[in-house]
Amino acid sequence: MTAPLRVLDDGAWLSVSDSRAVGVGELWRLSGFCECEQADFVVEGFTGTGVDGRTVEVRAYGTCIVCNEEGPTDWLPVGRLVDTDTPRRTDGERGVFHKLANSAPAAGAGSRGATEQPATRSGSSENL
Amino acid sequence: MGLCMPTDVEEWKSEVYGQEIRDHLMEFAEEGWESIPDDEHDAWFERFKWWGLYHQRAGQESYFMMRIGTPNGVLEPGQLEVVGEVANEYARGPAENPEFGAAYADFTTRQSIQLHWIRLEDVPEVFDKLESNGLTTQQACGDSWRNIVGCPVAGKDANEVVDALPVAENLNETFKGDEDHSNLPRKWKVSVTGCREGCGQGDINDLALEPAEKNGRMGFNVRVGGGLARNEPRLARGLDVFVEPDQAEAVSGGLSALFREYGDRENRYNARMKFLVDEWGAQEVRETLQEEFVDFELERAGEDLRDQYTYNAGTGPAAGSHDHADGAAADGGVAAQYPGGDHDHIGVHPQGDDNFYVGLNVMVGRMGAADCLELAELADDYGSGEVRLTQRQNVIVTDVPESELDAFLAEPLLDDYAPDPSPFERGSIACTGTEFCSLSIVETKNRQVRFARWLKGNVDLPDGIEEFHIHLSGCTASCAQPQIADVSLRGMKTRKNGEAVEALDIGLGGGLGEDPRFADWVAQRVPADEVPGAIENLLANFAEAREDGESFREFVENRDEETLAELIEPEETSYTDPYMHNTKLTWYPYAEEDDMDDGPAPVASDDYPVESDD
Repeated sequence: MTAPLRVLDDGAWLSVSDSRAVGVGELWRLSGFCECEQADFVVEGFTGTGVDGRTVEVRAYGTCIVCNEEGPTDWLPVGRLVDTDTPRRTDGERGVFHKLANSAPAAGAGSRGATEQPATRSGSSENL
Repeated sequence: MGLCMPTDVEEWKSEVYGQEIRDHLMEFAEEGWESIPDDEHDAWFERFKWWGLYHQRAGQESYFMMRIGTPNGVLEPGQLEVVGEVANEYARGPAENPEFGAAYADFTTRQSIQLHWIRLEDVPEVFDKLESNGLTTQQACGDSWRNIVGCPVAGKDANEVVDALPVAENLNETFKGDEDHSNLPRKWKVSVTGCREGCGQGDINDLALEPAEKNGRMGFNVRVGGGLARNEPRLARGLDVFVEPDQAEAVSGGLSALFREYGDRENRYNARMKFLVDEWGAQEVRETLQEEFVDFELERAGEDLRDQYTYNAGTGPAAGSHDHADGAAADGGVAAQYPGGDHDHIGVHPQGDDNFYVGLNVMVGRMGAADCLELAELADDYGSGEVRLTQRQNVIVTDVPESELDAFLAEPLLDDYAPDPSPFERGSIACTGTEFCSLSIVETKNRQVRFARWLKGNVDLPDGIEEFHIHLSGCTASCAQPQIADVSLRGMKTRKNGEAVEALDIGLGGGLGEDPRFADWVAQRVPADEVPGAIENLLANFAEAREDGESFREFVENRDEETLAELIEPEETSYTDPYMHNTKLTWYPYAEEDDMDDGPAPVASDDYPVESDD
């Protein structure tokens, strides 16, 4: 199974297997982004993507609307890749992406080390 | 050190790009939307941009925005009618816009035209119709020479100092379709200006040719590396190069080739010319251009005319300015009733011949298809049929004889597209927004119409302030050019009473002119329904606190951000905003049933929604 992950259109959205998976403009609750116990983070753009096991991750750029801190996040989980037997119109199996509820990364996300890379990558991260 | 990897976009471009995309596009169109392999969507949608097609946002799959590039904003006689017909027949989606109806055309800040809801299956017919009438979508988007902009009355202006239109047209003809320049690291935006007012907006382009004089010869000084996007605004920087009009092609092509060879293809965030100029400095760009890309000795810069620039200069119609309308007031004729053409071309102004041009305000650049057709007819009846587009999203009807002016100005269509709009209407610019765009964070066009309507009815500008620009951009891509407005609005989110709502950052004091400056962002995340109140209070505070004769821009320049922030007092007013909810999470913000799952997309070639298979 391969699942190309790309950030496209000036960081506007995450493509998983050539489908739009997550877009900018949402509010995410994050831990570890700023001094707030839980940041209320406006996603203004994506700067990279990767996978950790089956977990799809992104790096986002945005602002905490509580404390005004702005900048890039660490790697954040946004969904999981799940195998499927669903027939597709093209040859080859591809992963199905299950988005986390409301796109919100799980509590505690964002606390990974800033230099830590996802364990594996399928496709390449992409900036437009 | 990591390996340098080409981006996916560069890989796709290296496989198929430029002219050759068309054959594939036509094949997909012939066989229908479903024929694009699922695992090639990203690649093909990226490539389609080169032919002016931009896949609309999530919830609107299978529909495309189509951009038509009109060099220097010139629509030749008959072409607006074609645009109106195409919009009327093909740019109809599954839902109507409550302000603009079911079919419309958008005039953009780069003097282009955008249509929405275009179906892939209709592209061959649309291309046939456009191209048989001299219009094209080629290179309207994508990584190459974009639509060339300039003074919208080039060739008509009574006071033009360099004949810029033939230069812009030659660059367009030379570099549209030129394989050596069809695959650049990123977009390449060019401005050619020949007037004294500076209305080509060269400062915010990758390449700017601006009028200059050298030893009694008129030509252009060359600037490079301007642009607004991604929170990294840059003013174009002087290259210390003067070119005569017949050298413009060689130097422009040399700079495009320099960008092709040295621009960053490994990181698209860093790919624009502005970053190369940051890295090298203008002098190194000049030296490299001289050594590697032109075969004649570059001349040092001539004397520019920037101290005469009045367009968006923040000074109002200053005495002695070289107004496009220069002479109008003196003759006491109808043009004297329309001051201010030096900053936006709205109103009635004399051309270099005995005719007049009439600039009409188009709110946020959007005109209904039926209105496009009617305006085309009026342009034909009263003028030469030519219509031009401005970088303020407005239209100009050229070549109107004085004897026809009164009758033209009495036409009912001009009640909606006024030659004498309120300052808030003529000062409004808005990008596409969440209606169609993936990047935007908020709804823009309908909101800006409502802002202008409310401000017109409730707020007066302080004495002596005759122009006031409010630009609303949905995100940091800055398509509405917010950084060069008096009031800059940029899409954000916030919470109000615990609910996530659409909000706007507010910047102040941006503009062009001799000393261009970008807006200072002084207020963050003002709930959108409190923005008109904030502008009302800001203007009242400005009127009270300004020094004698201080323009709004001077007022901002003379105060620190903290002081300015205190002058913005957001509050709810009688203004109501129907788009406070998260419009990005709808399939279409104005649909009655607007949930993402309620939309019909993607739509198959036989008009039935494609069955979802997962």
